[in-house]
Amino acid sequence: MRTIKFLLQKEFRQIFRNKALLPMILVLPIIQLVILPLAADYEVKNISIAIVDNDHSPYSRKLISTITASGYFKLTGYTASFKQADQLIEKDQADLIIEIPAGFERNLVRENTEKLFIAVNAINGVKAGLGGAYLNRIIADFNTDTRLEWIQPGRYNAVPQIEIAPSNWFNPFMNYRFFMVPGILAVLVTMVGGFMCALNIVKEKEVGTIEQINVTPIRKFHFILGKLIPFWVIGMFVFTVGLFVVARLIYGIVPLGSIVLLYGFLGVYLVALLGFGLLISTYSDTQQQAMSIAFFFIMIFMLMSGLFTPVDSMPGWAKMIAQFNPVTYFIEVMRMIVLKGSGFSDIKYHLLKIVAFAVVLNTWAVMNYKKTS
Amino acid sequence: MSAVTFEHITKTYDKGKVLAVNDVSFDVKKGELFGLIGADGAGKSTIFRILTTLLLPDSGRAAVDGYDIVKNYKIIRGSVGYMPGRFSLYQDLTIEENLNFFATVFGTTIKENYELIRDIYVQIEPFKKRRAGQLSGGMKQKLALCCALIHKPSVLFLDEPTTGVDSVSRKEFWEMLQRLKEQNITILVSTPYMDEAVLCERIALIQEGQLLSIDTPAAIIRSFPSELYAVKADNMHKLLKDARAFEGTASCYAFGEFLHLTFKNENNGSAVFLSYLSGRDTTGIEIRRIEPTIEDCFIQLMPEGQTENKNGGAE
Repeated sequence: MRTIKFLLQKEFRQIFRNKALLPMILVLPIIQLVILPLAADYEVKNISIAIVDNDHSPYSRKLISTITASGYFKLTGYTASFKQADQLIEKDQADLIIEIPAGFERNLVRENTEKLFIAVNAINGVKAGLGGAYLNRIIADFNTDTRLEWIQPGRYNAVPQIEIAPSNWFNPFMNYRFFMVPGILAVLVTMVGGFMCALNIVKEKEVGTIEQINVTPIRKFHFILGKLIPFWVIGMFVFTVGLFVVARLIYGIVPLGSIVLLYGFLGVYLVALLGFGLLISTYSDTQQQAMSIAFFFIMIFMLMSGLFTPVDSMPGWAKMIAQFNPVTYFIEVMRMIVLKGSGFSDIKYHLLKIVAFAVVLNTWAVMNYKKTS
Repeated sequence: MSAVTFEHITKTYDKGKVLAVNDVSFDVKKGELFGLIGADGAGKSTIFRILTTLLLPDSGRAAVDGYDIVKNYKIIRGSVGYMPGRFSLYQDLTIEENLNFFATVFGTTIKENYELIRDIYVQIEPFKKRRAGQLSGGMKQKLALCCALIHKPSVLFLDEPTTGVDSVSRKEFWEMLQRLKEQNITILVSTPYMDEAVLCERIALIQEGQLLSIDTPAAIIRSFPSELYAVKADNMHKLLKDARAFEGTASCYAFGEFLHLTFKNENNGSAVFLSYLSGRDTTGIEIRRIEPTIEDCFIQLMPEGQTENKNGGAE
């Protein structure tokens, strides 16, 4: 116990003295948490649209004003021919072209039907997909509105109608920040906890201090604990600041579920993660090597954890990887507890898996640590 | 009882490809100042790392204070002091914090063994609030010695303590070692500097993982088999070539500003050599018989092929 105490004392003293590392651990994650959710926005606005109106009728003007009034589109071209509009796309001044055929109004009124042509610039897939969908929706609404003007509904509808009224649970306004912020916080805690810990241990190897330590009565077990505990504490600290300062004050996110449960899960998760950090450190001799390995895993952790794209929509092999990614579970649990207010019974399988991660990673790391030194 | 026993130890690296220590045996008596002398890569550090339980030998057995390095490594780690060749203290901690840390690690305090380190510590005490990373080479080395001594070790292992240290600090360092010896601490020190060898009580000469000789410095010098001459001339390069060509030469190598020569004919080898030189218009010849140094003994003890290499390098 005494050994652990002065090892911790030494470790914290070194961490707080490192003027380059301290801001990296404490300040950078907070800045990232403030900035990243603002950028990682799924809502697409300011889609440039070019309109080719061959009809010049009241109805076509009405359609155009409906589109521009929606707030999603920015009219960047109103051209006489499709060719001109096409050039706007070439110059990257328009993302979408909508062509209104001549006789639009006439056909609509007389034959009750008309076709519109939409061309989408699909270089940016997200923008194209969402822009096209928005436009379809607006035109559909326009369609309904126009019909309502003409047809006086009788006692019974001539055509049976199904109207869909969706309701978003747990995030009624579909505010993407509500699910991005907990997810990003999970990734940040992962980086600070796991990778900083790995770098710290490798530093002792690189500088050679581990050589001196090994010729002392300090037991390996104590030495490892002395390394893991500080980063466990730092992980907890960063999480607390992220949750109660950034998420609450800036984004107004108040966890619905139990804080104790959240911290309990985080505690176990950090143990698993520190085991991972320790494992990295046993496989590298220099901080540069450790950094390269860490970078590889950061990318996987970020992109294959369901942070940006749902795991369910990934191909089978990617789902497999996501299942072996502890971050996946932490992000899921974060979102469940924070947004949905899930209780222990909802996350118990997640917890079980993280416990398994903790046991496997730490055992592997300690075994490998003993072998190499 | 011996403080250190080292019996038929062999150690290889890279799964047997590199032979670092080849069947080396020696003994260090209690309270002795014992030197391992050898060039870089001779295997000195490997021997230290085996004795400090950092490495396991492939074969052979070794003991420190009677404790086996494999079975009782925990006891050894608690009772020896080790100063690695590379500065291995925490650069971001101050002198005082480093010393305190290592004292606590060994379950003692600075106060308890202050007497032992006082002579050394007073020299760096004015800078005790300075971080170890910002110290000069000599001060770092003193701090490392303090940290290795703070738990009053029974055996002190110093791996090349004077490498990269200026000559004044080197001299000071050896004086400190002499004083520590009076405290009855066994000291095992390694060095690539031959001039430091005579400061040890006994030395072991090592080359390429093999022990060449092991004795007191005086005995090693006495055992030099032939008369040694130092020769100088105006044109040293020509002299070296001539000396090599001379059939009576037993060995010949550049040594500082002189050539060191031994002759096959013990009685009048030098006289024959002089008359040989006079026929080859050499000017400014100076020749005298000298006492061999440890370095001469070392060169003489090296296997034939390696001597050639050494001379080639010195030319």
